[in-house]
This record gives sequence, C-alpha cells and structure tokens, in this order.
Amino acid sequence: MAIPLDYETLRVVWWLLLGVLLIGFAIMDGFDLGVAMLLPFTARTDTERRTAINAIGPVWEGNQVWLVLGGGAIFAAWPAIYATAFSGFYIAMFLVLATLILRPVGFDFRNKFDDTRWRTFWDYALFAGGLVPALVFGVAFGNLLQGVPFRIDGDMRVLYEGSGLFELLNPFGLLAGLVSVAMLATHGAVYLSLKTEGPVAARAARFLPYGAATTVILFALAGLWIAIGIEGYVLAGPVATDGPSNPLLKEVGREAGAWVGNYARHPWMAIAPLLGLAGAPLAAVLVRAGRAGLAFVASALGILGIVATAGLSMFPFLMPSSIVPASSLTVWDASSSRLTLFVMLVATLIFMPIVMAYTAFVFRTLRGTITGEHIEHNKSSLY
Amino acid sequence: MMDLDPTGLARLQFAATALYHFLFVPLTLGLSFLLAIMESVYVMTGRRIWRDMTQFWGKLFAINFAMGVATGITMEFQFGTNWAYYSHYVGDVFGAPLAIEGLMAFFLESTFVGLFFFGWDRMSRVGHLVVTWLVAIGSNLSALWILIANGWMQNPVGSVFNSDTMRMELTSFWDLIFNPVAQSKFVHTVSAGYVTGCMFVIAISSWYLLRGRHIALARRSFTVAAAFGLASALSVVVLGDESGYVVTQHQKMKLAALEAMWRTEPAPAGFTLFAIPDTQARENHLEVKVPWALGLIATRSLSTVLPGIDDLVDEAKQQIRSGLIAYDALERLKLSRSDEAARASLGAHAVDLGHALLLKRYVEDPRSADDALIAKAAGDTVPDVLTMFWAFRIMVGLGFFFIAFFAFAFWLASIRDFGRHWFLKLAVWVWWTPWLAAELGWIVAEYGRQPWAIAGILPTFLASSSLSVAQVLFSLTGFVLFYSTLLVVDIVLMRRYILMGPAAALGGAGHSAARPAPAAE
Repeated sequence: MAIPLDYETLRVVWWLLLGVLLIGFAIMDGFDLGVAMLLPFTARTDTERRTAINAIGPVWEGNQVWLVLGGGAIFAAWPAIYATAFSGFYIAMFLVLATLILRPVGFDFRNKFDDTRWRTFWDYALFAGGLVPALVFGVAFGNLLQGVPFRIDGDMRVLYEGSGLFELLNPFGLLAGLVSVAMLATHGAVYLSLKTEGPVAARAARFLPYGAATTVILFALAGLWIAIGIEGYVLAGPVATDGPSNPLLKEVGREAGAWVGNYARHPWMAIAPLLGLAGAPLAAVLVRAGRAGLAFVASALGILGIVATAGLSMFPFLMPSSIVPASSLTVWDASSSRLTLFVMLVATLIFMPIVMAYTAFVFRTLRGTITGEHIEHNKSSLY
Repeated sequence: MMDLDPTGLARLQFAATALYHFLFVPLTLGLSFLLAIMESVYVMTGRRIWRDMTQFWGKLFAINFAMGVATGITMEFQFGTNWAYYSHYVGDVFGAPLAIEGLMAFFLESTFVGLFFFGWDRMSRVGHLVVTWLVAIGSNLSALWILIANGWMQNPVGSVFNSDTMRMELTSFWDLIFNPVAQSKFVHTVSAGYVTGCMFVIAISSWYLLRGRHIALARRSFTVAAAFGLASALSVVVLGDESGYVVTQHQKMKLAALEAMWRTEPAPAGFTLFAIPDTQARENHLEVKVPWALGLIATRSLSTVLPGIDDLVDEAKQQIRSGLIAYDALERLKLSRSDEAARASLGAHAVDLGHALLLKRYVEDPRSADDALIAKAAGDTVPDVLTMFWAFRIMVGLGFFFIAFFAFAFWLASIRDFGRHWFLKLAVWVWWTPWLAAELGWIVAEYGRQPWAIAGILPTFLASSSLSVAQVLFSLTGFVLFYSTLLVVDIVLMRRYILMGPAAALGGAGHSAARPAPAAE
C-alpha cells in the first residue's frame, strides 16, 4: 500500500497529536484531579463532599481515558519514549498508578457505608489520587526539560542510570511539579464554580484568585529558570527527518538558553506561554463576573498554553539524555514506522471526532449544577 | 520455574496483576450484556420489575467495574515500566491495537458508563437503553482489541524485523487484525465472560429463591441468565481457541504440551483423558486415552498429523541454526549499515532470528554456542508440560460442566420450575467455577507461551527493563498488597449488596420523589 504522507510529516503530525492527547488529559481529567485535590478544603460536611464528588462523578471515568489513550498512543507512535520514560521513572510511575487505582474504587466505594471513618478514609484516598499524579506528571516534565540520565546500547536497550525517585525531586523538577498542581487545582476550582452551588462553589471561588496567582507566578518562574539557568539541547549537524527511528545516528550538543531558541526563530510560538500566563487569571476574573462557563474555557486555554510551552521549547527533542546526549530521543528518531504512524492517524481521524461528539452529548445531558438538596435526596443512587 | 531476578519478578508481577484484572473483566463483559438484555425487556414491556432488575444488577456491576478499571490502569503502563525492551522491540506493531482499544472501545465504555449509572432520570427510556448497549458494546470491543494485541504475541503475523531500527515493524495492518489466533481467542474469551456473568446472576438468584426473597426478580434474572448462559457455554467450548493452535509451529508446541504428546502420533491423534506427565523421562504415566478425539478436536480432520514435542524440539534446533545466520548478519550490519551481503542474508533468515536469541540466556554471543548448547536452547521451547496438561483438562472439564449446568437451568426456567432445591443449592455452591476456568485459561494461553514474550520472535528473559531487583520487588509487593486489600473490600461490598437485596440496595434512591417500592416480592 502506498502511504500518501511522507515520514517527516507523519512524525510532526504525531508530535502534534501527542500534544493534543496530553493537553486533552490535562484539561479533561485535570479538573477531576483538581476537584479531588481541593476536596478537603472546599468541602467540609459529608453533603458538601458528596456535592463535589458528584460534580465529577458521572464524567471522570471517561476523562481518565485521555490518560489511558495517551499511554496507548505513546506506545504505538513513540515506542522508544514509552519504553524509556516509564521504565526510567519507575518508582514515580508506581506512585502514579497506585494513587490512580484509588480513584475508581474511591468514587464507587465511598458511599457504600454510612460511616464517618470509612468516608473520611476514601476522601483522603481521592485527595491523594488527585495530588500525587498531578505532582508527578509535573515533576516528570521538569526532568524531561533538564535531560534524563539514560543511554541506549547497540541493541537499542535502554539503560537508566539515575538513582531513583529522589533524584527526580530536584529543585526545578519540584517547581514544575508545583506548576502542575497549582494549574490543575485552579482548573478544578473553576469546574466547581461551574457545576456546584452553595458553600462548595463559594469556597472554590474564594480559592480561585490565589490559585490563579500561584499558577502564573510559578509558571513565569519556571520560564525564567529555563531561559537562564538550564542548559537545553540542540541537534549538532544534519539529521535525516525521514530516516530510520534509530536514536544513535545523530550528534547532540548542550547550550545555555537552547530551550528558548525556538521562540526566537518562530516568534508566533510565543502565543503558548502568553496563553499560559493569561488563562488562569482570566478564569478567575470571569468566575467573579458570574461567567463560569467562559471561565472554564479560559482555564482550559491556560492549560493548553502551559503544556504547549513545554513541548514547543523542546522541539524536536522529546526526551533528552543528560549522560549521553547523542542517545536523546527526538521527533525524528523515536517514532514508529511510517506505516504504523499512518494507520494510527487514520484511526484517530475516524474515531476522535466520534469521541468528541459523544463526550459533548454526555456533558450536555448532564448539564446543570449539583446542589446540596439534590445530594440529600439521592442517598444511594449517587456517589 | 521462575528466578528471583528482575525478569522473574517482572513476570510474577505481570501474572499477578493480569490474573487480578481477569477476576473482574469477565464479569464486566457478561454483566454488561445481561444488563442490556434486561433493560431491553423493560423498554419493550414497560414493566417496572425489569428496570429494578437492571438497576440492582447494575449496582453490583458498578462495584465490579470500579475494580476492573483500577486493575486495568496498571496493565496499560506495565509494558513500559517492567518490559521496556519488549516495548521498544514490538511497540510498532503491538502498540497500535492497544491505542485503538482506547480510542474506539474504552472511551465509549467509560464515557457512557457514567450516564448508565446517573442518567436514568435525564434521558428517555430508549435513550438510556441505547446508553446501556453502548457500554456493553464498548466493553466487548475493548476485549477485541486487547486480544488482537495478545493474538499477535501468540502468532506474530503482518510484521518484519528492521535492522536499521533493531525492532519488529508493521507490514500489514489487515493481517494483524484478521490474525486467526486473535479471532478465535476473542470469541472464546468473551464467551467465557458471558458464562461468568450468567453464573453470577444464577447463583445469586438461586440464593434468593432458596430464601424465598425477591422472588419476582430472582425468577426473571434466573431465566435470562440461563438462556444466555447456555448459548455462551456452548460457544465457549465449541469455539474453544484450540482451533487456533494449529496455525504455527509455536502454537503446535503449546498444543503438544497441553496434551503431553511427547511423540508424533499417526493421525488422528488420541485425546489423553488422564496422565501424569513426566518431564524428565519425556513420557506419561497412568495414561488413559480416547482414540482419535484430539485429532478431530484440534484439526477438524482425520488426516492432518499433529507433531509431538520431540519432533518440534528438533525443528527448533534447525531454526536456531538458521537464526544464527541472521544474528551474524545483523552483527555485521551494526558495523556497516551498507553491507548489502549481510542485509540479504539477514532478510533470508530473519524469521528465525528470535530462535538465535534463545541462546543469549547462556552465552553473551550466540554465535559461540556449540551443539550441546543449541540442544539445550531448543529444549527451552517446551513449556511446563505438567502445569499445561492439568490446567487445560480442568478448564475443559469445567466447560462441559457449564453446558450441562446451563442446559438444566434453561430447562427448569422453560417449565417455570424454580423449586428444585438441589439445583439451586448447587448453583450457590459453584458460583466461583467460571473464575477458576478463566484464570486457568489465562495460564494455558500465556504461561504456555513461554519461553517467548512474542512467539518465535523475542524470548521473555530478554524482554524486560533494565531494573534492579529492589525496584521490581517494591512494585510487586505494593501492587499485590494493594490489590489484595481492594479485593477484600470488593467482596465485602458485593456481599453486603447481595444480602441487602434489590429493595434496600435501590431504596431511598428517589429517582423521582414518589417512587414506588420495587415490584412484587
């Protein structure tokens, strides 16, 4: 079969789709994580907590598929990244999985016993299920930007030479983790303002200005740090953008400020960090103005901007190696074969619009706010 | 059996997490269709009892579904964490069905499952029914794509080794999808799920009937599950995935191992009913055989010869020798990518490259292996015959039991006789049998795949990540403790809701303010 798109184009398309999936996850499951993180702070009584939980109850399951699909798409389109990132960040991934496992059971089991200790236990399990993945994903991005200590041998076996979890928790990694936490907590607060009424919505609204300010300040700080304090990576010499996916066929150098080089070469890319700076504050203003729906859009755009900033800064790098830079994984040498990228693109073009359509249908069907009375009225049919 | 090295621990972790996951998946597959059938009757007849049935079994479905999702997340990322070389080596082929599963199936199932639980008073009857069917279809499509991925591990079609990237790459997506092994596994596995769901419903309904509780709901549920269960039990046995075992050399080895057939027999081979396989002497003790039966079951023919283990090991030796030529060519290509002679040589022998890799267990450079080592590596291609033989027999025995069980249940339901206490008690006692059969089925299929991660392509011991024992031990212990705790909670909650019964479980649900109590008790 003749493949109608060339390899270079397919790789760029799949780099974009990787971004779409990560941003889709951060926007859609991000508000679930955010609501869970805010659970102990915005909701105090059992009815309030159930209000917050049921605001995400019917939709979080579908939202989490963005993560599952993201994992599957990385496996299919960027197998070298899948192999290197998940085995390298081993204990961090375990923490993410262990806390994510708490979510489905937490939502479903919490309401099954009318016992305060039982419910409080699951509240904190859900809290951990929101906080830990948000933090770890941010920390992971922070470490990607600094480079990760792995090398690749002639059989293409990945050898990770880091010392484990605590190495990931370096200052910049932690800062990136906090950006992620602040961003998603803010997003969760916007969602609570949109979907709930009464004390939960009021507390979420009170938190918003602080959450938005924290997000913007930490994000700006991380940006400065990248521009001044972190050596980026650059391709040294020519690279065949349609060559075989073999990361050992290139040379890579390190340069201070290399991660901001893309913005100098392509000024339009600056739109990403600008969105990242504007989204959260705009969302806070819009909630105050009583436009929670628009605020959600603004918050989502802010997330788009922040995630896209990380991706654009590194392009064409996906996962630089700090110990053997030539082993770094880039868009040009870490992808699947041309046929697989094409088949997956066709599948995405067919099914993604269908997914979007029925997701929109489900949100429409579930429109309206969750109130305390509604919660009290449905003791066993809701979470 | 398994060593406590990182690979052995990673295998234990995969087995443990897969077996846990597979406690919940079959019930999701089966119950989702039963819910869709029950709600269809509700929409067609308008009778409230069928809605109560859907909602009550839906409560139990929800508890199970949560566990299925919780244990499934780990499976999705485990290839990357514990099996990095596998992920690199076959991600180009294996990743695609997994990603499409998310896109086409898991999204569908998960997006609509929320509406199934919480959309009752927000949608029309027909609208909600459509949602329930979409959940059932989504979960079954999910199984389809997972088994396409798994079928490729058993029978790696539609792909070729690329020396430039040092991995397997896709050559035909259609071959991947229409892999005969994948197709037969899919039918077999979802049917097993339906049997599990039906047994679950019949066992609980029988318990209610014995206690004289919730009679109306129990009788109707019993009837639906008996009918669907009979069809599924027939399907799971008749369309058993043994039919897929004849297509490749490796699958033939699995077949020979689970029959403990050491030597090739003239066609059609006999089916061994009982034996104690002796892996040292390579023969069976106390053998009881049914003439012709195996040949007929496995090949559906009187003349096709099924090779025995010893002949297959000899074949493996030949493949190792051929694979060594490929391995040598590959090493030369690593030195010079423009060595066309090496490239041609690799192309001619690439299908056997995996067999040469079997030697890496014993020597760093397979080319240095002598005849004795080659014989040893060829011997490694034989799975654990004793385990395979008995796991398969118990599974098949259970399969025939399910046919008899559901046939009798169906007959009872047809004559509306719900008072046979001995049968109701039997149903309550044997509720767990489909789970045993399903777990044994996993063992036959996947433990029987050893020593390969990808049959004939990539040995398991090469497929793992470069991790320390401490790391894998930590995550293994963590997951096992975690899952075991959750399993206990799951069982406690299931029991609680079954004991409560539909009235209390749905009680106070107040979907509408003046909701009448569930129909006639």
